[in-house]
Amino acid sequence: MRVNRNRAFYYIREGISSIFAHSLMSFASICIIIAFLVIMGSFIMLALNINALIGELVSENIILAYVHENLSESDARALEPRLRSIPNISNVTFISREEALQSFIGRYSYTDRFDDIDVTVFRHRYAIYVDDVSQIAQTQAALQHIRELARINANHSLAQTLVSFRTVVSWISVIVIAVLLVISLFIIQNTIKLATYERREEIALMKMVGATNAFIRWPFIIEGFILGMTGSILAFLAIRGLYELALSNMMQFEGGFFTLISFSTNISIPLFLLFIGIGFAVGVGGSGIALNRYLKV
Amino acid sequence: MVRMVDVFKEYANGVKALKGVSFELNAGEFAFLVGPSGSGKSTIISLLVGEIAPTDGLVIVNGQDMDNIKMRKMPYLRRTIGTIFQDFRLIEYKSVYENVAFAMRVIGASSKDIRQRVPYVLELVGLEYKAKSRPDELSGGEQQRVAVARALVNNPKLIIADEPTGNLDPARSLEILLLLKKINELGTTVLVVTHEKPLVDQFSQRVIAIDGGRIVSDAMDRYYNYESQ
Repeated sequence: MRVNRNRAFYYIREGISSIFAHSLMSFASICIIIAFLVIMGSFIMLALNINALIGELVSENIILAYVHENLSESDARALEPRLRSIPNISNVTFISREEALQSFIGRYSYTDRFDDIDVTVFRHRYAIYVDDVSQIAQTQAALQHIRELARINANHSLAQTLVSFRTVVSWISVIVIAVLLVISLFIIQNTIKLATYERREEIALMKMVGATNAFIRWPFIIEGFILGMTGSILAFLAIRGLYELALSNMMQFEGGFFTLISFSTNISIPLFLLFIGIGFAVGVGGSGIALNRYLKV
Repeated sequence: MVRMVDVFKEYANGVKALKGVSFELNAGEFAFLVGPSGSGKSTIISLLVGEIAPTDGLVIVNGQDMDNIKMRKMPYLRRTIGTIFQDFRLIEYKSVYENVAFAMRVIGASSKDIRQRVPYVLELVGLEYKAKSRPDELSGGEQQRVAVARALVNNPKLIIADEPTGNLDPARSLEILLLLKKINELGTTVLVVTHEKPLVDQFSQRVIAIDGGRIVSDAMDRYYNYESQ
């Protein structure tokens, strides 16, 4: 046990001291990890915002369900719980025939022409919001089973367009992030290769005096771990700072076309974990793999 | 200690470096291995430290058949061999003390053992007063003595010196060889690979001469004059 503690201490001390002994290489490694994660993080935030924006547009896409004209307003209002119980319906708003009339008239500037319109030409209706627009046809079919509803209007094509647009954006995001990931893993792997190449003689020497592979590898792994973690934490702080800067700048355009989503914990925590995970994989995995070629002697 | 029986080595590029080499080195012996460049000296060293495997024949080092050794056992065999190189191979950013201690640390020696052993070997090579210096503050002869101390620190049974004086002037060269002789007298088997005839001539020792991948002479006190062949 004493020996093991001695060794763990040796590994950690060697790992830390070689970060400083090869300070330029360490600095370069951290910078590359930060640069990569900041680029990837920015892209993720952009993709999340586009997705949220489309989501907002989609949620405004509603189904209009007209109630049979022979139902009284109170009977029509009584339908609401039944509508709410249908799957995929997120919200239901009752619009009386009076409100419908007002809304209709409100669309025109020459209101006097509608003075003699009988309110009974309008039906009571429901504006129905759905959770998942791609399921709108099924929801419409479910609504058609309710006999009290005379007609259901749903805008399939707009819904489909938005959904497919969102799918395209999601795929582009995934592809771009994957490409970024591959490119940067390549760059990072080369950096690590360079760092271990710089120390190949030291490694050869360790082999020569009879160090086991584990003994050679551990300090490198600890070094990689520290560099990876440092890089990913700094990158996370940078992304948070940049995004909050962007948020505060966007606030000045209140009521503009769209607003940025907030950097809430349900975004920041997964992003942080992702960064830490990549930092870990790159630091620990990268140095382990790069070392292998020097250990086969 | 070291036994080579009818060893052949052909490299992947077709070069036949060794063509049936046999010799034996007993425990406590001191021997020179001499020969011109390209004669196969380096191949013999690489075989002895397990960097390469023979194409044919038997290589036994410290009781271990080098052809059948498991990879995970190799480090433990290497701990019984101390190696010294022409270019010293010291770690530039570590002090003399740390360079020597390094060889003990990487095999997992305790700090207590390191504190006891390192000053002892530094004293043996006459460098105890330079313990805190960096390699670049030392002369070539001093650097090679640090390398000798490092080779010695884990108390190996066999020391292999590969052209240890190649980068040194004659006086420093003699010093290093006298140091190796002293170490041999303390009980360690020593094999010195060199092509410096004047140096070899100053010692009355066994000389194994190799040329063209074959042993051409193996006798006491005689440097085979391969140039006249």
